[in-house]
This record gives sequence, C-alpha cells and structure tokens, in this order.
Amino acid sequence: MPKRTDIHTIMVIGSGPIVIGQGCEFDYSGVQACKVLRRQGYRIVLVNSNPATIMTDPEFADATYVEPLTPEICERIIEIEKPDAILPTVGGQTALNLVLALREQGILDKYNIELIGASVASIELAEDRQLFKDAMTEIGLKSPPSAVVGSVEDALQAAEMLNYPVLVRPSFTLGGSGGGVAYTPDELREVAERGLKLSPVHEVLVDLSLLGWKEYELEVMRDTSGNFVVVCSIENLDPMGVHTGDSITVAPVQTLTDKELQRLRDMAKAVLDRVGLATGGANVQFAINPDDGEVYVIEMNPRVSRSSALASKATGFPIAKIAALLAVGFRLDEIPNDITRVTPASFEPSLDYVVVKFPRWNFEKFRGVNTVLGPQMKAVGEVMAIGRTFPEALQKAVRALDIGMMGFGFKQENTPPEALRVPTAQRLFQVASAMLGYTPADEISQQTGFDPWFVQQMADTLRLQQTIAEKHLLLDNLDRNDFTKLKRYGYSDAHIAQLLNTNEGAVRARRAALGVVPSYYRVDTCAAEFEAHTPYLYSTYEQEDEAQPTQNHKVIVLGGGPNRIGQGIEFDYCCVHACYALKDMGYETIMVNCNPETVSTDYDTADRLYFEPLTVEDVLNIIEKEQPDGVLVQFGGQTPLNIAQGLQAAGAPIWGTPVDTIDLAEDRQRFNTLMRDLDIRQPEGTTARTREEVIAAASGIGYPVLVRPSYVLGGRGMAIIFDEAGLLEWLAENTDWGGHPVLIDQFLDDAFEVDVDALCDGEHVTIGGIMQHIEQAGIHSGDSACVLPPYKISLYHIEIIREQTRRLGLALGVKGLFNIQFAIKNDVVYVLEVNPRASRTVPFVSKATGHPLARYAAQIAAGKTLAEIGFTEEPHVDGFFVKEAVLPFQKFPGVDARLTPEMRSTGEVMGHAASFGHAFVKSQIAVGSTLPQDGVVYISVNDFDKGAVVKIARDLHQLGFELAASHGTARMLELVGLPVQIINKPSEGRTNIINAMREGSVHLVINTPRGQQGHMDGALMRSAAHQYGIPILTTLSAAMAAVQGIRSLREKPLTVRSLQAHHTR
Amino acid sequence: MARAVLALEDGNVFTGEGFGGEGVETGELVFNTSMTGYQEILTDPSYYRQIVTMTVPHIGNTGVNPEDVESNQVWVSGFVVRSLSPVVSNWRERGTLNEYLKAQGVIGISEVATRVLVRHIRSQGVMRAAIAHGEAAQDPAALVELARTSPDMSGWNLVDAVTTPEPYNWTERSDPQWYRDHHYDPSGPLIVAYDFGIKRNILRLLTDRGLRVTIVPAQTPAADVLALNPAGVFLSNGPGDPAAVTYAINNVRYLAGKTPIFGICLGHQIIGLALGGRTEKMRFGHRGGNQPVKNLLTDVVEISSHNHGFAVTPETDLGGAEITHINLNDQTVEGLRHVEKGIFSVQYHPEAAPGPHDSLYLFDAFVDAVHNRVQENE
Repeated sequence: MPKRTDIHTIMVIGSGPIVIGQGCEFDYSGVQACKVLRRQGYRIVLVNSNPATIMTDPEFADATYVEPLTPEICERIIEIEKPDAILPTVGGQTALNLVLALREQGILDKYNIELIGASVASIELAEDRQLFKDAMTEIGLKSPPSAVVGSVEDALQAAEMLNYPVLVRPSFTLGGSGGGVAYTPDELREVAERGLKLSPVHEVLVDLSLLGWKEYELEVMRDTSGNFVVVCSIENLDPMGVHTGDSITVAPVQTLTDKELQRLRDMAKAVLDRVGLATGGANVQFAINPDDGEVYVIEMNPRVSRSSALASKATGFPIAKIAALLAVGFRLDEIPNDITRVTPASFEPSLDYVVVKFPRWNFEKFRGVNTVLGPQMKAVGEVMAIGRTFPEALQKAVRALDIGMMGFGFKQENTPPEALRVPTAQRLFQVASAMLGYTPADEISQQTGFDPWFVQQMADTLRLQQTIAEKHLLLDNLDRNDFTKLKRYGYSDAHIAQLLNTNEGAVRARRAALGVVPSYYRVDTCAAEFEAHTPYLYSTYEQEDEAQPTQNHKVIVLGGGPNRIGQGIEFDYCCVHACYALKDMGYETIMVNCNPETVSTDYDTADRLYFEPLTVEDVLNIIEKEQPDGVLVQFGGQTPLNIAQGLQAAGAPIWGTPVDTIDLAEDRQRFNTLMRDLDIRQPEGTTARTREEVIAAASGIGYPVLVRPSYVLGGRGMAIIFDEAGLLEWLAENTDWGGHPVLIDQFLDDAFEVDVDALCDGEHVTIGGIMQHIEQAGIHSGDSACVLPPYKISLYHIEIIREQTRRLGLALGVKGLFNIQFAIKNDVVYVLEVNPRASRTVPFVSKATGHPLARYAAQIAAGKTLAEIGFTEEPHVDGFFVKEAVLPFQKFPGVDARLTPEMRSTGEVMGHAASFGHAFVKSQIAVGSTLPQDGVVYISVNDFDKGAVVKIARDLHQLGFELAASHGTARMLELVGLPVQIINKPSEGRTNIINAMREGSVHLVINTPRGQQGHMDGALMRSAAHQYGIPILTTLSAAMAAVQGIRSLREKPLTVRSLQAHHTR
Repeated sequence: MARAVLALEDGNVFTGEGFGGEGVETGELVFNTSMTGYQEILTDPSYYRQIVTMTVPHIGNTGVNPEDVESNQVWVSGFVVRSLSPVVSNWRERGTLNEYLKAQGVIGISEVATRVLVRHIRSQGVMRAAIAHGEAAQDPAALVELARTSPDMSGWNLVDAVTTPEPYNWTERSDPQWYRDHHYDPSGPLIVAYDFGIKRNILRLLTDRGLRVTIVPAQTPAADVLALNPAGVFLSNGPGDPAAVTYAINNVRYLAGKTPIFGICLGHQIIGLALGGRTEKMRFGHRGGNQPVKNLLTDVVEISSHNHGFAVTPETDLGGAEITHINLNDQTVEGLRHVEKGIFSVQYHPEAAPGPHDSLYLFDAFVDAVHNRVQENE
C-alpha cells in the first residue's frame, strides 16, 4: 500500500523533559519521524515542552510548539493547527499517556483526529498490566504469577499467595517508576504504598519475583499487511530483577539456540497480533528459566523506546523512521534499506559484531540514595560499544563511560563473592576484581546470575593481563602477536600502560611501530552480504579496512558521550548543529560519539559516523585514519574537552577556541590574574591543595563560602558552607579531588544571578542571550529556573554585564561560544564563572531568539567572522521565555531534595508567552507543578524581603488566597492589616509548616532563606514541597512572577504560539 | 590449539586456530549469515562438499545437543568461524562443538578474519578452497594448488552421495514446545519423500500434520513410487548442481500431473528443470535466515531461511508454471506452481531449522493438496 493521501497534517508529540527512564532517545526518534514525514510531503505540527531537543528546532516541523504537554494546551494547538492525525508512538510514555487523556476528554473525537501508529485499544491493552496478563493467558503464553491490586492490604494478601520475594510494578508509569522488590511484608508495605501513589490509576501489579531468570528482548516491527520483522534480539547480562535500563545488555542474543530464539520470535508475533498493534515498532520482553528454558512474557511496549533506539544504532535499521513511514501507510517492502540501497526494509538485520550497552549512573550526586539496582530504573544515560567479540565490545563500553576506567579489569579492594549477589553500579568491576583474585568463573556465575558464557569470556580476557603480571612483562617484551591479542580483547593503550607500569604514549608508539593498528568495519545491517553505502563505522583489530576515507575537506566533531546530570541532550544539540553548519559550508562532517540515544549518532546526521569511545586513543586513531582539516571539541560538553589537551599534544588540528583558553578559564591562578588585569570583580576566593589549606582559606575569606573541586562539570561536589563544622563534614565526604586543587570562594548570599551566552570570533563579541535566575543565589544554574530577557535587573547592571562579557571573550581569545555566570549584589556585578565552550542554555537561547548559536559557533570555528555570518547585534527577545528544571528526586526516595550548587536536574522545559506571568505559569505546568488558583499560601521571608513581600501578600489576599506565615513575616503582614494565620517554621517548633504541608492544608509556599538557619529551614520546606507536590517559590522575583501568573490566568487564559509564528512576527 | 589454514583457489590464504578434526579437505567456500543454528547448518546435507563460514562471530556458545540435528552426521567439509566459544552454556547442551566436530572428523578453523573472507566471496563469488588442520596446514601453497584441482560444483551430482541407500518410514514429530500451532493427526495419508539430502525438520513437520512419510532413495524410479500409491510426493533439498541429477528430473516429468508434488530447494530446482526451465549458478548464493521473500499470491513478505547456490532462471519457459515467490533482495525466483499439474515448490526453506517460521503454511498447503487428492480418489 502506498502512502496515505487522505491525511495532510500530522501532529507529533514529543516526550517532554529528560527524566530518568525517558531520555534523549525520544529526541532521536522524534527527529527521525519529523524528517521522514516532512520529506513525504506531510505538514508536521510538533508539540514538546523540552527546548533542549533538536526536534524542537524550527526547521524540523512546519509548526513547532514548545508548550506544556497537557490535554488543555494540546487542545488549543489542535484548534489552531487542525491536524488530521496524531502520531503518539515516538514520544515515549508521556505521549501515550497524553493521547489517552485527549481521547478520554473527547478531544480526539471532537476534532475528528485519527491516531496513527497505534490505537487507543492497543495502548490500553499493552499498558494495563492486568489486561495484558489476561490477554497473554488467552493466547497460551505464560506470564509471571501475579495479582493486580489497588490497595496495600490487597498487595500483602497477594504476596502471601505468591511467596516472597515479590516484585511490585505500578501501571502506566515509565522507567519502572515506583517499582521495587519486597522480601518482607514490611518492605512490601512501603513499596506498594509508593507504587500506588505513583501510578496514575492507583494500581500496582504484584509479581512473583523471577530473580535469577535470564532476560531477553526482541525489537520488532510490523506493517499494515502483516509483514513482521525482528530488528534486533537483545540479551541482558544482568538477570531478571534489574530494570533493563539498568542492565548491561548484549546484541545479538548469545546463549540461545535457533529453536529457542525462533520460539521467542513466534511469541512476539503472537503478542503483537493479540495486542492489535497494526503498524510500527514494539518491544517484547521475556524471562527464561536458565534450568529448563521455561518462558514468561514480561511486557510489551507498543511504541519506540530506549531499547528501539539502541536496536537502531546496534543494527543500522532506523526503527523510528520506518515506524513513521509505516504509520502513514507504507509497507516494509516499499521502504528501501538506506545502507545497502538495493534491498528493502522487509528483512531482519544480521550482525557480524557484538554490541554492548552499558548504563551510566550518577549516584555520587544523590547522597543517601539506595544504590542497589532493581525494577525501577536509576541510570541517567548509557553508552554503546561495538566490537567483533563480546570482550572487545565490553572493554570499549567501559572506557566509553567516562568514569576513569580504561578497561573493566582492575583489582580493587577485596569483594567477598557473596557481595556479588547484590546488583549495583559497581558489580561488573567487582566481578573483574574477584576474578583477578582467582575466584573461579562458576562461582561468579552462581553469585551474579550472569550466564556462564559471559563470565568465561570475561575470565579469558582477564587471563591475558594476569599473564603479563605473572611474567613481569615489560613493554619491550611484547611482540606483535601479544599486542594483537590484547587489542582483540579490547585492551586500551592506557590500560596496557598501567599493566606494564609505563605511560599511554609509550604503548601507543610501540604498538604503532609493530604495525598493530585498528581496522574500521561498517555497520551494514547484513553481515557484509551486500555492499554498505553508509559510512557507519566501528574499530576492531582484524584485517583490511572499510573506512575508505575521502580526500575532501573534512572536520571531526566530538560528541558528548553518555548522558549524565550536567551533561545531557543540550550538548548533543550543539554537536548536531555543528555538523549541519559545517556540512552547509561544504565540509565533510565526521561524528565521533558512543551514546546510542542521540541524534548525533544517527548515521543520517554527519557524513560519516564513528561509533567509538571518546578517549584520546580512540579519537587519535580516527584522526590518523581520516586526516581531518579540523577537530571540534567545544560542542560536546566536558567529555571532549577533557581529551583536548591529549589530542593537541599528539598534533591534532583543534579548531575554534584554543585549548589553552580552556586551561586559562579553569586554572584559578591564571584566571585571577586575568580578572585583575581586566579590572573585573570576582567573589573573593582562593585555591587550596590540602585539607589544612582549605580550612585556613575559608576562615580567611569569611563564611559563608562556596567550595568545589576544580575541573568538574555540573558542580560535582560543590557546596555552600556556613561554618567550619560544615566544612569539616564536606572534607570528610569529598576526599577524591582527582589531583586538582579545591576552590574556595566567598558566597554571595541573596544575590541575583545571571547567565550570559555569547559568541566571539576573536575580534568581536555578540551576546546571544542574557538570562536571569529565578531561584535564590547558590543554586546551580542548571537547576535554577531562569528567564530571558531578565525580568528584574536594571539596565545599568545589564550594561555592565554586556561590557564585561565583551572584554572577557576577547581577552580569553574565544573563537566560538562562551558562557559567563554573573552575580549582582549590593549594586556590584561579580563574575562567578566563565566557560569557554557551548553551554547548557544554548538550545534554550537559540529557541527564544530564533538564532542558532551553535551553528554560528561552528562557522566561527571554521574561520568565519560574526560579520560574515551576519550576527553582530544582540537579538531582541519578543515576550518572555522561562526555563524550568526537572529534578529526579521522585526516583530516589530518601534522598535530600535540597537544591544546591551541585546540579542534580535531569532535564528542562520552556514556557513562553507575551507576559512574564503567563510564561512562568506555563513553565510550572510543564514540570507538573501547577500554581494553585486558591487556597492557603504560606509565607516566610528573610528580613531584607519583609518590606517587599507585603505587596505580594496583599495581591494574594485580593486574589482570594488565605495567608499563613512564620512568626516574623506574620508580624509584618499584621502590621499592614492583612489577616494571617501563624504557622511555625521548622526551626520554630515541633508542629510546623512541614506538618501542614503533609496534611495538604497549604497550597503554595513562598520562602526566601538567608543565613544558615534560613537555608536549613528552606531545605526542609523544599524537600517537603517535592514530596507532596506543593509549588514552592524561593525568590521574591519568582513569587511576584507567580502572583502575576495567577492573576494573568484569571484575566486571560493561556494561549499558544508556534516558534515559527513567533519568530516571523 | 594448532595452526589451521584456509587456502582459496585464487591464492588467498587465511590462517587461524584449528579445532575439531585434523587433516585436509576441499570444498566450495560459502558463507551463512544466520546468527543462530550452527548445529542445524552443520548437519544439513545440502552443505555437502562445502566449507561454511559463519558471519556471526561467536560460535559454539550453546554447544551441541541430540535434538538440533538435521541428519545423522555433519556434512560440511569445513567450518570457519571468528571466535570459537571457550565454554558451553545452555540447558539443552550435551557437549561442545569442538568435541562434536572432532568425533566426526570435520575440520574447524577459528580466529579467522571472517568479514574479510565474506567480502571477498561477495565480490569474487564462491570459489573452491582447501582447509587444513595440523600437519597439512604447514604448506599453504600446496593447499592452494589442492583447491585449484578440486572438483567444481557446476555439473556435479552430489545427491548420490547423501541420499539414503534404503527406503524407510518416518514417525518422529516435532517437540510441541517449539511451535505455537502444533497439531497432530495420527492417521493421515501416505506420502513419499524423495531423499536428495532431506532435512529432518521437513519430515517432522510433515509428520506433525498427520502425513505418514516413506522416504525413498533419490534414484528410485517414479513408477516404483507410484506403486506405493502415495497421496503426494515430496522432493527434498539437497546438495550440488540440480541439472546433474538427470534421473530425478526424468522422474518428476513422469510424476507430474499424476500426484500432488511439493518441492523444496533442490526439489524446487528439479521441478523447474522438469517443467522445461533452466537453472543457473549464482554468484554467491543465499545462505541465511533473514531473506525477504514475497509471496506474489498474497503480497505478504516472509522472512525466510535460505541455502542455495543455484536458482531457476526467471526468463525461461516453465511449461505453464507461474512464479509465486521472489526474493526482494535480488529478484531471484523463489517459488513456482503449476496448478493443473498439482505441483508447487519453493527455493527457500519453509522448514527453517535454522530460521524464522513464517513459511510453515506451505506444509499446510501440501497437506491440503494431499487430502484433496485422497477425497478425489474416494
């Protein structure tokens, strides 16, 4: 069947902010869907609240709405755009839940909109645990014995029948949110209560735990004619009990015979038939008993997913793109395979390599979190590595993680074998360590539940390094054969250097002298049966080479590696734009990255894609192969910057801002000297290399102080310290400084903070955007809401900021993007930090101003001037754009939910409107924290704000809110005749505001802390607010914004406007 | 492990580590892209006189077991892999691949740059090769020479070597756990299967569907087959050049129109030749479990299991037969039917083993044809 001509406008729903369990893989799938559907001539209306995505760039849709993903807002967009159809399957769980709500509220029927790619019935069947289970029983497939319950009591009863341990999984949540394993009734009470609360339908499934069973996934596709293909089979290294997003996974399946695999294929097909998925991609998960092969069907996702993004990258078969084409009526056999060009998409990829996916966790950022892995996903990102064998792929994956491990086999402190039973982020390394300590493979396998096949492969890998150690080999002892063998098992030069007590450079030189260099092979979907026309490459140590580098002028763009907190989708956005910009300038573009979730690792993005770890060795190998004109390191965040020095030392042509500038901005001494020369104020500060120096420095500067290790991204280990006791505590917790000094700065309590993104071509500086933080000072800029243009900063200060930005850009010799954080206190402007690279706010500013800053930066790096680009004036911003952060505390019960200088948000949303009030309201709706329209507001502000808060309180009173306040604030309000109820601050008494919040008798909190006591009270309120879903405002500007927002909503409902309409006005 | 060598007739030599049997052997060098099912491949008689290269790197992971065999022996002349598994892991395993090949005296070679080899075959076509493990691996030049003097697949009748010497009856059914739609009817009509190198899964699938199956040697005259009064005749897969199996072609000409006939692989080629068509040798054939075959009668694509180096040429006159299936990768003829004569056949392997189960309906179609014939006769 050819494409449908009865639909013209298609609405694509994105997945909203990046959260744990729903990452940038949906940007990849959304971009693919938008691109391919537009190419087919459809008009695309895109809705996504996340401005950091590539899909929300105006060129990917005809109308792009960066608006909250709620049914109300969607209806407004539908009114304007009148779509014929909605594609809900590329926006994750968020999009599916949104269309279910649209349909529930009758909106789909009212506007006569068809769902394409999935039906409501199939979504409901797949998502509702009981319906799905019943359906499986009906078609003769087994699922784990379980019960669906709606109360804790029923859960306990069910568990008695099933026997402990049991697995609790809430219905309709993503990433296994709220799931958990319970070994006892007490544990079950806790897990079930949380799960019931998190499930939008207040329902959880209590499963017999299949701990220790093997876990498999099939990524499948089907079309309207019933053509069905398995795109990829995936085997989890971690057995059942660990969420697949937290599991190390391997493709293709390694430990099943053909009969066993075909049985799963038949079952997957039957599941799709029963669920009624007419077209598109799906993921079916199975558990297999390793003792007798019994199979249980665990779940099915009727949409593209994290696994399908992985499968697409693992096979070269672009699932989301093809799913979009199937949704508009194409058949699989009508779609060509991009890579072979001569064969159709109606086939199953054959892999002649092994793919390993390794999750990336960020537990160090969440003190107090339970780091044991379970049914609820905790990873914030992942890497994928390709090798010809499992050991090679595994070792590449480990070094791609950017956690300082250059291979998986390092002896650490002794781990008793029993400890390997517990799945944690460290388990694989503990396994290696135990094996290096001669724990036998079968014992490892028994304790971990890892299939013996994988364990033996690991043992074989480790045996190589044990031989080196036992024979006390030296670098010169190793011959060509030894090197070849080590490289074929994935050993990095850095790891080999460590084993031989030498340095990486010496190993590299010796290896090159012996002629042991990588071959690059193509990911071709067909195991070399047909010629591959797409240069999608990975390295291995074998014969011949398929890279076939060209003689063109070319540039390598280094990607950002795995997503982490502080290093996320924003940097992928910048890398992708750099590629597009250079391509348009006539360069051949070469992307190097190892993150399977991203748009940058789509073989469609750059001209050539190397799916490789971002280490000096791996990147230098590519540089030697390709001989590029330039290498861009400033777009992928900290990961590529960390290797820039090494690349430059080896002679790589680094384009853009000089590597030395990065050092200048990071090196405290050098930077202070520069600031003194430029006569620009900084908070008083110093560096210290020892514990004693840190303590002395802090008392010299005077508390409060801000302390942090240098050379970190996302403010890792950064804290505000109010006294020496606090400092001692910090020193006890932060012992690893990575060889770098610690920075100690005066903390500007109660200051306004401002972020500036700007471009410099070496001669001129143009400011892209100036953003004012809405949160209190001292909160990491990544966690703080901000507004563009500034809302409450005088022109006088803005002019100072502009002038200092210009001078700094030129003085640093920036050639590209840079970001400066300023603070204003007592009429003085301070520079807090300069980052001579693309920043996290670049996509946000680009969307607000309509100027693609990352694109300009790439053009500058390639030698253009700002004048040539035509970007010489700071853009005027029409209306207000508010960015709000999304925090993962819900996923980590028990974690201190305080916002600190250490960044902990995973994603962001944008709200925009003509008025600040409306923009702010939208940003709050988009993060799911809707401002109340009535009820009780609790106010507790510091002495400086007590005068100004009166107006806010009066406004709220006039709007019909009841006022409550802490003692001090209440006195002030009573003084002006406002009726107010007194509620203790946490420090004022045992019965206090926290109780009121828990009881739900307070609906909005305004709290501006100052001083240590204030910040401690603030932290408790903030934590309670997150826990009970109560909006909390921590600055008067935010409070005023909220008041304006509440009033604006009364006067005029929210309106929506596409970015295209906004910027052409 | 001892050194092993794979020497190609064009002078290219690949070295690796030997496993399995020792000695020297020649054959046509081919590759298979199936990611699972090496034991079925090894025991498929259609691979007789071929050295098989697996594209999937890790081989031997699941060991071997008594169930996953397609005949009673390993037929390949040699087995080429990237990485032989150091360990076996599967609840059904009963031994290692290494021991299995050693017991059968079949040479294996691992640590070979298999992707390089496959790309070479893809561009140059399949070629003769010699594989050696042990002493014989010492002299690659001699092995190249040996490859050059070994017989060519074209014009070579290999059926004689693999067919059963005596007729026998088959009664074993599939293990129901492997098939979702497993049905069994114990008292069905009799059919006769010509053994050109038949795979056991074909027999199991026919038996599952209630057919009583008598297997006869390839050379059995058609009249003798008809004397058994079968309700249908099945023509099996098998090795070598179909055009060289002239007696089979003649037998099919004789049987055509007298009884329902279903052919698979070599059986399909024989049918094509019997109807007046031609077969040709392909550049490197189709061997794998991921081939898209379109059923032109239903317009549905089947992901199918393939193993063929010859094919029926589409442009020849097929004596009134129509092309029912084509391969979407290269438009190869993959299925034929002659409605009046009650003949249908496919080039690929609906019995899979290894491979997907998309094409099992063909067995049902044969059973239907057989039952119709029984009813007509009654």
